[in-house]
Amino acid sequence: MDISGQSGKKRLIKAHTPKSRHIKNLSLAFIFGGIICALGEGLLLLFKSIFDEKTALTLVSLSLIFLASLLTALGVFDRVARHAGAGTLVPITGFSNAVTSQAIDAKSEGFVLGVGAKIFTIAGPVILFGISAGIIYGVIYYLAGLLF
Amino acid sequence: MKRVKKLATPPTFLSYAAVGGYEESLGPLGDAFDLCDPSDSFGQRTWESSEGEMGRSAVNIALTKAGLSHTDPELIIAGDLQNQCVASSGGVASFGIPFLGVYGACSTCTEALLLASLMSESEFSSLTVTLTTSHNSAAERQFRTPLEYGGQRTPSAQWTATAAGAFILTTREELLSDKRGLAKITEVMAGRIIDGATADGSNMGAAMAFAAADSIISFFSSSEVSPSSVDYIVTGDLGYVGSDILRDILKEKLPAAAGRHIDCGTLLYDRCARDVHAGASGCGTSASVLAAYFLPNIAAGDIRRILFLSTGALMSPSSVLQGNNILGIAPAVLIEHFEGGNNL
Repeated sequence: MDISGQSGKKRLIKAHTPKSRHIKNLSLAFIFGGIICALGEGLLLLFKSIFDEKTALTLVSLSLIFLASLLTALGVFDRVARHAGAGTLVPITGFSNAVTSQAIDAKSEGFVLGVGAKIFTIAGPVILFGISAGIIYGVIYYLAGLLF
Repeated sequence: MKRVKKLATPPTFLSYAAVGGYEESLGPLGDAFDLCDPSDSFGQRTWESSEGEMGRSAVNIALTKAGLSHTDPELIIAGDLQNQCVASSGGVASFGIPFLGVYGACSTCTEALLLASLMSESEFSSLTVTLTTSHNSAAERQFRTPLEYGGQRTPSAQWTATAAGAFILTTREELLSDKRGLAKITEVMAGRIIDGATADGSNMGAAMAFAAADSIISFFSSSEVSPSSVDYIVTGDLGYVGSDILRDILKEKLPAAAGRHIDCGTLLYDRCARDVHAGASGCGTSASVLAAYFLPNIAAGDIRRILFLSTGALMSPSSVLQGNNILGIAPAVLIEHFEGGNNL
């Protein structure tokens, strides 16, 4: 292998950097993500037996957010997520963890300029682009309604 | 350009101390550490203060071992990974020793030893303390994500060590006359800044390997010492990935050095038992491994001579986001065994 120059350096790095184990990571993400979704479905059935469907759906989201937040505070979430990867990141649990973990971290810097200013550091892009996508979708939906 | 400086009055390691946290206590060198706090907090309320307190403990232990009081040293040179090096300044403030703060990313340990050697050579200080610390929790907060954030690390990512190394260097013969089995710094060389050819903050070992190779090759081309006359060429925190890259470069450019390379980042943790991926990183890695493993063995004469290069990844969270390549640096010091006694 030619190791001279910038391209040689890049070749060396590529040759020695271990690749992520995609099959293992994807399988674990599928299993853990599936468990969380199954838990959500179970909660939905439970809440639907007491409340109307719309309220029940909101309560499922709230319950999962609360659970993820609690497990984050107890130091359990990151240990599971280390193996679960996208399985815990993609459901609403990932969003909850991103906000709670940042809040815990910023606590030592005060509640206003610490927690207040930094709580959405990681979740911020999700909120910004989530809402932006929602607005664009809304405009398209409105225009499509005028045409058809 | 002759880059290696051979010291006329080589300073001696009078004493040294290694302090670590929970992960470090579980590693192969755990028992060799002078102190490990399984809580990582060192009794402090924030991780930033914990790092300062860990450094203070390391200096205290080194002073006690040397039979010195905190008023004895003429100078302390210290550095860490926190913004503006607050762990160092906060940690050593209570000693009242004149202070110089240094930042060399993870190369700080060798940078401080190099400067301390030159301070004794110039007779600025004949009794100098150097201190290097890194704290996993403080570094993760600053450079990556919150501690409880549920992310998945890539296999090339390294684990920032919660570790401190404190060293007391002296050229005062009255402090050494009754001692046998000493370690001295005999030659020093500053590193050059070398492009790491990657902007991946999770692959810093690879980025630093090129700087390590440049320094090792430069050192042996400029020094009278040959690769075959050193027992080990010790790098700081290349980890498993960076070490593989360095050995490939040395095999081609300086084959005599390739077989003598060993990396502190691969010595601190048991990679099979713990989830540390590509090994240890952080400037406390090389400092604590030098204090816990290499110096005791050099003093005992089991190891006669090492070339010691802490490796630094010069970057910031902003520079990585802006797509700049990580720059590497590797200053070097040659540490040798001396019998002591009449042989000073």
